Amino acid sequence: MKGSPIQRVDQGLRHTLPFVITLLLVFMAATPTHLPGFTPIMPQLPLIGVYYWAIFRPDLLRPWTAFALGAISDIVAGTPLGVSSLTFLAVQGFCESQRRFFLGKSFLVAWWGFGLVCAGALAIEWVGGCLVMLRLLAPGGLLFQYLMTVMLYPLIGWAFIRVQLAILRHG
Amino acid sequence: MATLRILAQRFAFAALIVASFMLMLLGKADTLVVERLRTVVGDTVAPVLEVMSRPAATIAELVQSVRDIARIRAENVRLTEENRRLLDWQTVARRLDVENRSLRSQLRFVPDPGVSFFTARVIGDTGGAFVDSMLLNAGSRDGVRKGEAVMAGEAMVGRVAEVGLRFSRVLLLTDINSHLPVILQDSATKAILSGDNTDEPRLNYLPPNAVVAPGDRVVTSGDGGAFPPGLPVGVIASTQEGIVLVRPFVHRYELEYVTVVDYGLAGILAGDAVEDLGR
Repeated sequence: MKGSPIQRVDQGLRHTLPFVITLLLVFMAATPTHLPGFTPIMPQLPLIGVYYWAIFRPDLLRPWTAFALGAISDIVAGTPLGVSSLTFLAVQGFCESQRRFFLGKSFLVAWWGFGLVCAGALAIEWVGGCLVMLRLLAPGGLLFQYLMTVMLYPLIGWAFIRVQLAILRHG
Repeated sequence: MATLRILAQRFAFAALIVASFMLMLLGKADTLVVERLRTVVGDTVAPVLEVMSRPAATIAELVQSVRDIARIRAENVRLTEENRRLLDWQTVARRLDVENRSLRSQLRFVPDPGVSFFTARVIGDTGGAFVDSMLLNAGSRDGVRKGEAVMAGEAMVGRVAEVGLRFSRVLLLTDINSHLPVILQDSATKAILSGDNTDEPRLNYLPPNAVVAPGDRVVTSGDGGAFPPGLPVGVIASTQEGIVLVRPFVHRYELEYVTVVDYGLAGILAGDAVEDLGR
């Protein structure tokens, strides 16, 4: 890192963006929508953040960041502690190891990839939840939650691309 | 050097995976540390959630007001009719009240302890396969205590399960960890209402000869001493194949403000028992 102290602070702040944005998605997922029947199928927004940044800026979303985001998500949502940490970590680890495949590919490929990763993530979360609670949980809204999350990827993914181009290009 | 760094990274990743499992175990053991962690993080994020829940509420209000306009005429007719009927009931209730008071004075009846309550805003609403809970913008500094009843209007919503300084978590009746002693109002049959994270919790431990029909009212029984008897909970929704489902009176999506009520009963149980109920 070179440049004046101000530049370094500026750079540092820019580099916290992936974490901050994903954290905001954690909060957004917990916001009351007051829509009938929507809460059980509320999309898992933070997964989109973890997926995107782990592929396109893995230097800014390290495993410990994914772990911390998961822990915060568990506490905010009231899910068993550690379940989302494990899920986010798995997504981060998978995406970082497979990122060469996604780099330079079209948006559609990234979307398709997210469809796969999201299915895996929700499965891990479900199994983790069952393990902690020691009983079989009704998957209930999981399928719809999956569809909602995947449908929202283009919108949030597009916003991420704008953010990356505008603020993180020189990173 | 590069291989060393990759090795270190792999090790860090594996360590974090192990840490996740440790967190799960720690949460399962339900130690004081986990509770402290939950309340500290909850208190920190509560203001953010509160700010974020406001625009969402505004949008919801807009949608609602458009729907309301369409409904208002029919509603008016219904309410006029209902008002007429209720006025009749009011007369009856007044008479009963007077009668009740005079009977109590003859019986030296000991009244229920005083009830105190306050209203809190819903700032977080999380549900799914794992939990059904809500976050409120009131915590221990406002006087919320674990185990207190959470009501919307006259009907029961859930109980306070976690209290931070400025937030509290409500365990809804529909949550998989919620078990509430109830009674069928008409037949006085006792049972336990157990959530399963769906909209309609189940009625368990019904006596074998119980007669249950859809539409029967379910209220709290007061057993266990955590809540007073007679708080409205819901109505029987269906009774198929021995599985009795209850439709709560309260729809969670309608909740913007709820009332946290202290019936002065928490003291009857030892502190731990109240906490267990909240779990």
